[in-house]
Amino acid sequence: MTILLFLVPIALLLGLTGLVAFVWSLRAGQYDDLDGAATRVLFDDDVAAPPK
Amino acid sequence: MLMDVDLSGFVRESEDGARRIDFAVDGMTCAACIVEIEQALKKIPGVAQARVNYSNSRLALGWKADDLDPAAAVEQLRQMGYVAHPFELAEAETRDAEHARYLLRCLAVAGFAAMNVMLLSVSVWAGNMSDITPETRDMFHWLSALIALPAAAFAGRPFFASALGALRRGALNMDVPISLGIILALGMSVVETAGHARNAYFDSALMLIFFLLCGRYLEQAMRQRTRAVAGNIAALRSPLAARINHDGSITQMPTARIAAGDVVLVRPGERIPVDGAVIAGQSEIDESIVTGETARRAIGPGADVYAGTMNFAGALRVRARSVGSGSFLDEIERLLEGAASARSRYVGLAERASRIYAPVVHLTALMTAIGWFVFGATLHDSIVIAIAVLIVTCPCALALAVPAVHVVTSGTLFRSGVLLNGPHSVERLAEVDTIVFDKTGTLTLPEPRVANAAEYSSDLIETAARLARSSRHPLARALAHESPAGAPFDGAREEVGAGVVALVDGVEARVGSARFCGLDGAPVGDRADDASTIFFRRGAESAVFRVRQTLRADAATVVAELRAHGYAIEIISGDSGRATAAAAAALGIEAWRGAATPADKVARLEAIKAAGGKPLMVGDGFNDAPALAAAHVSLSPVSAADIAQAAADAVFLGERLAPVARALAVSRLARRLMRQNLTIAVVYNAIAVPLAISGLVTPLIAALAMSGSSLIVTLNALRAGGGASERSGSQAAASQNAPEGSRSSAAGRTGFGAAA
Repeated sequence: MTILLFLVPIALLLGLTGLVAFVWSLRAGQYDDLDGAATRVLFDDDVAAPPK
Repeated sequence: MLMDVDLSGFVRESEDGARRIDFAVDGMTCAACIVEIEQALKKIPGVAQARVNYSNSRLALGWKADDLDPAAAVEQLRQMGYVAHPFELAEAETRDAEHARYLLRCLAVAGFAAMNVMLLSVSVWAGNMSDITPETRDMFHWLSALIALPAAAFAGRPFFASALGALRRGALNMDVPISLGIILALGMSVVETAGHARNAYFDSALMLIFFLLCGRYLEQAMRQRTRAVAGNIAALRSPLAARINHDGSITQMPTARIAAGDVVLVRPGERIPVDGAVIAGQSEIDESIVTGETARRAIGPGADVYAGTMNFAGALRVRARSVGSGSFLDEIERLLEGAASARSRYVGLAERASRIYAPVVHLTALMTAIGWFVFGATLHDSIVIAIAVLIVTCPCALALAVPAVHVVTSGTLFRSGVLLNGPHSVERLAEVDTIVFDKTGTLTLPEPRVANAAEYSSDLIETAARLARSSRHPLARALAHESPAGAPFDGAREEVGAGVVALVDGVEARVGSARFCGLDGAPVGDRADDASTIFFRRGAESAVFRVRQTLRADAATVVAELRAHGYAIEIISGDSGRATAAAAAALGIEAWRGAATPADKVARLEAIKAAGGKPLMVGDGFNDAPALAAAHVSLSPVSAADIAQAAADAVFLGERLAPVARALAVSRLARRLMRQNLTIAVVYNAIAVPLAISGLVTPLIAALAMSGSSLIVTLNALRAGGGASERSGSQAAASQNAPEGSRSSAAGRTGFGAAA
């Protein structure tokens, strides 16, 4: 059962990573404008116009 | 006339010198507007940041110190066809947003902990069936405790705080049994773990927190969304007031910044922004929003005027008065206080349920412990079983039963254009049996409309409407409304106090007073209905448009529909008896009363209540505010006076009356679902509690029962969203209520003296 010594901390670490990522995204204001975020992904304003 | 716009009051400065201002933007109808607005604003030199929030139609503009006047951004937006209004986050809204983020953080922690503890618990359950060693089991239990205890201490705070608050007040609310259940489950699990027991309840406690937080967060998010829309509407409604400074210059500033004693200029076609007294100028004003009276009142220096009234004829200088003074307002205020205090005693379904639930559960648990002990169990076993009872009675289903329906219902109402103010509005609406309407602005449209458009050809009306678009006069605006998309003619010229003239396809067209159009002595038709007239001439063609208050387009159908549902319907209006009788006749309502004072309205509602009725008051004016507060429940159109909106339980958007019927129908459905949910919770408990009392409940059964009952209750609540076919679209409805003349921004500032 020594494998538990690796598996349990890894499981917890993964969970914690997810939690930290969520709290970070919450602080960064990513949940403030859900409707806007849904459409912003379609905009091309960050892509330089292709040379003609 | 040089005009400064003073937005400085809305600018917020951060420590590093960056400035920021928030705007509520009207006219954002599609996602493309986001790019359009942001890119246009970023081109303005000095703008560091322009970020549109599409969810709540707001714009944040940031720049470095002193190198930008935000008015330039407003002007840029105006040219693009958007109305931007500076915006100060209401304290309540900031607090709501903060609370929602707090709940979301708690929810995240609870979710993380519940998942990880469940991972360990499932291993233990599986191991108990097979070959887990006691040492491994103990280690898993201690690990669970290590995760669960801090997580519950963090994520359970919303419940603990609320329960503590209730206990301090000597009351019981739903959070008391919840908190007690969580704390006992965790405490007992620790004790059991220390005693090398086979079972622990860490996962149940965390799952309870997680489910309940989901419910809380969704409720908070819904409330926040409603408040954001209400805040935008309020910002867009309150127009800029023109303050006359001591040196005679004029500064445009938000109405909220006008102090008592300031002098403001009110041009014809504008609403008077503040309560005050006229110091110069002669005019006629439409006070229907204050008194319900549709006939206009002539005023001159010395006259008292109220905020929200429409100035028709001439420019006025008004000295602002401190808020809430003036005999009429005092009277309203006094009536309002009396009416509002009677209202706060309402007890909602959820509170009534929890009042019964908490003592019953605690007593059952206590009796279980005593019972087992008396019949020979050890003290330890008796307590373990009693705690299992507390956990399994699971306030989950009960605590979610009503809020889940609330969330779905307010979402449905939101989409059909009804914004709820109070927490119990839905339940109160469901109980209504009598509906009392105000007339002016409620059954009728808040703005006058052309009554005889059908008499003329559509081409003629189109031309007249586009011509009228160039003026801000109220009558011209009514005419312009006949062609909502029509652009003003190039080269249209407005003559002060007379009308607008333009060359249309080589023919001179005029709209305005009879003399201006050369139509002196033209027949104006039946004058009996208080209609105002506006004249139009194009070459040899001429027309006389009669402008008057008209009923909302669907008023008759909605009233008929409500009557078919068995509601008693009455009209009680501050307008003259004749005008009220006409409206009542058109809608087929027998019970009506005109020329009612605010006190009369309250008295009528009290009489209905005394006779055992539950009246719904629908009204919009200052004079309706006390009646709105006195009624069992009340609705206001979004065009209503601020004081009326504050007194109402819900506000409906748009130009139609249909949201009233819709609100009642959705509320009835919601109440049925709430009752069903409570029944489900009771039935669940009727099955689970005997099992728990007999000591048969293992943590696995507790976990299954808890998530099962919560899911059933939530799924049932989702049915309140069913049949939400009528998507009037709150955004679209809201934009109808933009400040008048937003499109006709290039219009002249003066009106014409149309014959009244």
